[in-house]
Amino acid sequence: MIAVPSLLGISLILFTVLALAPGDPFEELATNPNVPPEVRLALRAQLGLDDPVWQRYLHWLGSMLQGHWGFSFVSRIDVDTLIWQRLPVTVAVVGASLVLALLVALPVGVLAAVKPYSWFDRIASTMAFVGFSLPTFFTGLLFILLFSIKLDWLPFVFRADISQTGWAWWWEHFKQGIMPVSVLGLALAASWMRYVRSSVLDVVRLDYVTTARSKGLTEKVVILKHAVRNALIPVVTLVALQLPQLFGGAIVTEQIFRIPGIGSLLIDAILRNDTPVIMAVTFVLSALVILFNLLADIIYGWLDPRISYR
Amino acid sequence: MAGSTRASAIAEPLGQRPASASLWAEAWRRFQRHRLAYWSLWVLGLLVLAVLVGPLVYKVGINDIDFQARLAPPSWKHPLGTDDLGRDLLARVLYGGRISLAVGLASMVVAIVVGVAVGAISGISRGWVDAALMWVTDLFLSLPQLPMLLVLIFFFRDGLKAVVGPEVGIFVLIVLVIGGFRWMPAARVVRAQFFSLREKEFVEAARALGASTPRVVARHILPNSLGPVIVAATIDVAAAIILESTLSFLGLGFPPDIPTWGRLLFDAKDYLDIAMHWSLFPGLAIFITVLSISFIGDGLRDALDPRRVM
Repeated sequence: MIAVPSLLGISLILFTVLALAPGDPFEELATNPNVPPEVRLALRAQLGLDDPVWQRYLHWLGSMLQGHWGFSFVSRIDVDTLIWQRLPVTVAVVGASLVLALLVALPVGVLAAVKPYSWFDRIASTMAFVGFSLPTFFTGLLFILLFSIKLDWLPFVFRADISQTGWAWWWEHFKQGIMPVSVLGLALAASWMRYVRSSVLDVVRLDYVTTARSKGLTEKVVILKHAVRNALIPVVTLVALQLPQLFGGAIVTEQIFRIPGIGSLLIDAILRNDTPVIMAVTFVLSALVILFNLLADIIYGWLDPRISYR
Repeated sequence: MAGSTRASAIAEPLGQRPASASLWAEAWRRFQRHRLAYWSLWVLGLLVLAVLVGPLVYKVGINDIDFQARLAPPSWKHPLGTDDLGRDLLARVLYGGRISLAVGLASMVVAIVVGVAVGAISGISRGWVDAALMWVTDLFLSLPQLPMLLVLIFFFRDGLKAVVGPEVGIFVLIVLVIGGFRWMPAARVVRAQFFSLREKEFVEAARALGASTPRVVARHILPNSLGPVIVAATIDVAAAIILESTLSFLGLGFPPDIPTWGRLLFDAKDYLDIAMHWSLFPGLAIFITVLSISFIGDGLRDALDPRRVM
């Protein structure tokens, strides 16, 4: 229920942007000599392009909610089929990067915080700075240069139509997924590692951790069961707040590795003035972000029983 | 806080400080103790100097075409090599640096001005104004940043181009759009500062002496909340440089005849196998700039927070 006002707000912002935009989807018809002007005007009126803005917004919102997302100007198929075709790849890449980022950031962050200002911590922190100062498009190009061109280990063009079946199919997908996922995942891991580190550092100095130690619990139990679980609470919020950035990163990675995902769909649509697709993709991305925010709230409540949503 | 962990790498034990120092001299002294930040300042200074003075000394045009030296690797004649039309890359990287740094600084100014205004208004007023402004801030935080940037730039590019010319138009647009999507962290930081500062005794004293609310804000609260704002501003410059290069890399930034760092990478990415110097140097330029700015931000965070010295 919390998500509804935000979604409405986002849809309003999106629609305002489009309503203010100077581009006209009827430009093509206007310059086409075979279409008489009165036919064009009749079409405009029929499609409701001359209605007042608020009416168009309500109309658009109504059909978005009913699943009528319109018709792509360029590829002449329904926008929702187009998006459903592309979405699984993006979700797979983003999801795998998320998992990779957590697998790297959590242990490194915790280890760095357990022994602050040790050599491990210094190296990890410096690496984190390097990681988030490297733009994803540059790391992507470096990876291609190293692993595809110099070493020839991994393919750098993502193929959606892999002919093998069974294990070979999975293996091919794994191989072509390594580079995009690690580019995106390591960039994320760099900033998350710092969150984990500072958050654990805040917690391990608290009295209850000292109490746990003096009870004679092993260091492993103290850190994992007592400190880390509490330290994760602020990390979850920060991670959720970074998700919009994650989808932004997915657009860049998809563009570099030519992954047929929703991000490259957006870029194609933008370059071809395909308004319905642009609107729908941006809306879907916003909805995904809000969904992840909601998920974060739920995990939050599970990690910290003191928080309840009434 | 129990325990003996230092708050930061540069925190020092009591008793070593000189008898007295002004606030800024003290901050500078502490900044110098963060060695990476200190050296980053030098690196960034040199880079800015090179970008500003370089084109005056190194007199090779950015558009001098030389088909004899197409895709030439670095040599004495072309220190960073040439691109597919034989244009000198050093000249282009230097020129691109001016634009990237200018975009970074200008977007930072936009983001900080908007952020401080929103944060200050929301921090000093209670009730529905604060609630509404924070709702808008949260809404902007949950917008998918990069898709929105792409959509906005695509739709409004032609309009602004017609009004103020192609180069200035796209510059203004990129700066406004990046700034318009980066003000939220500053707003939150300023609001949080205002919440604690407005209850302090010195603010109460100023009020008791009859100072109006604008005066209290401008003369008493705002100067005291400047530290975190400076840190946020530093990070914003780095983020804006990355965002601008990302836009250019996706082909939606500056027009092809203006060689920004991202645009150079965009042009170079199809020649990775035969001319790797072409993508390497602009990428390194972005990396070094952003890395040094990040380190400087880290140093400033330590230096400007008086609580860091225990």
